[in-house]
Amino acid sequence: MNSEITGIIFQVLLVLTLSYPLGYYIAKVYKGEKTFLDFLSPLENKLFKLCKIDSNEQMNWRHFLVVLLTVNLFLFFWGMILLVIQGILPLNPDGNIGQNVSQAFNSSISFIANCNLQHYSGESGATYFTQIFVVMLFQFLAAATGMAAFAAVLKGMAAKTTKSLGNFWVYLVKSVTRILLPLSLIVGILLVIGGVPMTFEGKQTFTTMEGRTQTVSQGPVAAIAAIKQIGTNGGGFYGANSAHPLENPSYFTNIVECVSIILLPMALIWAIGFYLRKKKFAFSIFGVMLFAYLFTVFVSVNQEMKGNPRIDKMGISQSSGSMEGKETRLGSAATAFWAMTTTATSNGSVNGMHDSTTPISEMLMMLNMQTNCWFGGVGVGFMNYYIFIIIAVFLSGLMVGRTPEFMGKKIEAKEMKIAIIIALLHPFMILCGTAISSYLANSNPELASQWLANPSFHGLSEMLYEFTSSSANNGSGLEGLGDNTNFWNISTGLVIIITRYLPIIGQIAIVGLLASKKYIPQSAGTLQTDTSTFSLMTFVVILIIAALAFFPSLTLGPIAEYLTL
Amino acid sequence: MKNFLISIKITIAFCVILFIGYVLVLWGVAKIATPNSGNAKVLKLNNKIVGVENIGQKFTSKKYFWSRPSYIDYNGESSGGSNKGTTNPKYLKDVSLRIDSFLISHPYLDRKELPSEMVTASGSGLDPHISIQSANIQIKRISQARGVKQEDIKKIVDSLIETPIIGVPVINVLKLNIALDEKYKVNNQQ
Repeated sequence: MNSEITGIIFQVLLVLTLSYPLGYYIAKVYKGEKTFLDFLSPLENKLFKLCKIDSNEQMNWRHFLVVLLTVNLFLFFWGMILLVIQGILPLNPDGNIGQNVSQAFNSSISFIANCNLQHYSGESGATYFTQIFVVMLFQFLAAATGMAAFAAVLKGMAAKTTKSLGNFWVYLVKSVTRILLPLSLIVGILLVIGGVPMTFEGKQTFTTMEGRTQTVSQGPVAAIAAIKQIGTNGGGFYGANSAHPLENPSYFTNIVECVSIILLPMALIWAIGFYLRKKKFAFSIFGVMLFAYLFTVFVSVNQEMKGNPRIDKMGISQSSGSMEGKETRLGSAATAFWAMTTTATSNGSVNGMHDSTTPISEMLMMLNMQTNCWFGGVGVGFMNYYIFIIIAVFLSGLMVGRTPEFMGKKIEAKEMKIAIIIALLHPFMILCGTAISSYLANSNPELASQWLANPSFHGLSEMLYEFTSSSANNGSGLEGLGDNTNFWNISTGLVIIITRYLPIIGQIAIVGLLASKKYIPQSAGTLQTDTSTFSLMTFVVILIIAALAFFPSLTLGPIAEYLTL
Repeated sequence: MKNFLISIKITIAFCVILFIGYVLVLWGVAKIATPNSGNAKVLKLNNKIVGVENIGQKFTSKKYFWSRPSYIDYNGESSGGSNKGTTNPKYLKDVSLRIDSFLISHPYLDRKELPSEMVTASGSGLDPHISIQSANIQIKRISQARGVKQEDIKKIVDSLIETPIIGVPVINVLKLNIALDEKYKVNNQQ
């Protein structure tokens, strides 16, 4: 068999094997049960004491949200200020200057929201100081915020009737010390051994064999490359992200990094089963997600390995597939696999340029982000899926004439309203943003030529992709888009804020409302939510709400481009 | 307000924890466990640094193996691809011009033998590798330019093929050219 295909199958099997025990461990961490990392407890307790946190305090859903939003607000200012003044801060051997205000606004919001859209290039737009104390710090804390919300959802679902969703600070700290930090350390060490730089010395300059001068940027790359993958963040050290031969030097590091993208999102689904003692429920969710994800992988790998038909017509050999924007050591199959993995999980790191992939792959990337719940970002992926479960329960209830119940709780008008608003927010933000930007580009050809790297259908795809990626908190881009302008910095920044925090607020609210309701024991009349019929139902709901909303715009973009190939 | 104060404290605490427990640990591992103490690995020729192993360089001389086209002209201070779409007419014209000029430099070559990666720009613009096929098609040109046997160059190429257990076999262009210059020192200095 082709060694590239073997590589993909190996990676899928590896991550499936690793995610299951990890899910078991995560469930224990959030339940507060004994684990082998308990020797960290004294350190954590000291931290609580130092920060005057009462770790036994129980929070209801409103209190929980207030705390979550406060810390995020503070971090936003922290990031913005440091990015603007980075030029005068230490750890800046290359002498890079501060970001301007609109760029710093966009960067700060995008890192704290787990989006990691980057309108700057790491080589010149950030210093080692901000790479560590803004980018890397936020990559830990944003991921931990999502996971803390996830832990609250689990707690709310597990209890019969409760007002408490747990303690945000405890979840936040434990997500870092017990899950993100150990995993990132392992991945980081593997990357360092694999040849990823980890240094505080500045650029290296030398004369090449043909007598040209070449300067090579380096820095604490491994530290960022590890957590950016583990925490579904995606923001790389270098502008070219993991396509850069120092951030991802070999097929081995590529396996480590690509598996790290989807390891935690998969493990968190297993954790639901262990936490709630409802393995079948977790299994049915996992099944739907895995099916959708592998379907996109299958199609995209196929498309990229076949290559670009227009280049075929030029009569040269395309045995390695569509190679524009791809790296030789990774090959077209691994790049397609990564592209699907990074968009399904809201990670957003890339190991090849998405702008130059074939149109069908491009469409699948957007579709993955538009549904935004095939595993999804750490913590929030399941929470997005949860919204669709609520809607599916309601619809199924109506179809068979029963009161809709989920996990022993009645779903009523208030929860449904929130669920629908959250479900429709995503297409609303993406489509409105794209409509406004295409209107501007269309009425001003100068603006269009400044923004878009490609004409016609592909130009529309670039704008649609940018808003999709912002709204899905993904952070990858069709990088041909000239996006470091006030319009793009501010518009995508606003989209990121709205689509990160409103869904979290809505999802926590639904869980909080349901948790405080009276528990209804299961009876013969209860709708089963762990069957394959119900899984199919949820899948159809997702397809109708999320995917169909986007088909008209996808038709004008990638599908039209495909048809003109 | 109470939460705001906690936020400030916990942010600073995490800065310390992550810097000591993560960044410094990785930095220490890199210092000890890697041959180049965490820096990008450099390659030398005649005791002079001529490049970084994993960063591609531009080669135009007929005596050397050529790297892939780069949209950023192998500038190691930045990185990125062309970001041109599959149907972009300007891009397709660029590719077609690259094919023509490659074939002019390699007149013995049949169009069908030219792999697409030699005429398409890489994702990072710094791709240090080419495929084995891409190296093989350049051997004849180099042997003519250097006046040496094709078989000898072929031997160098074969000895530098990197085949991972899983993944794609590749050749590092810089290593290849260093090996060439090392073997044919006299020729090169003339």
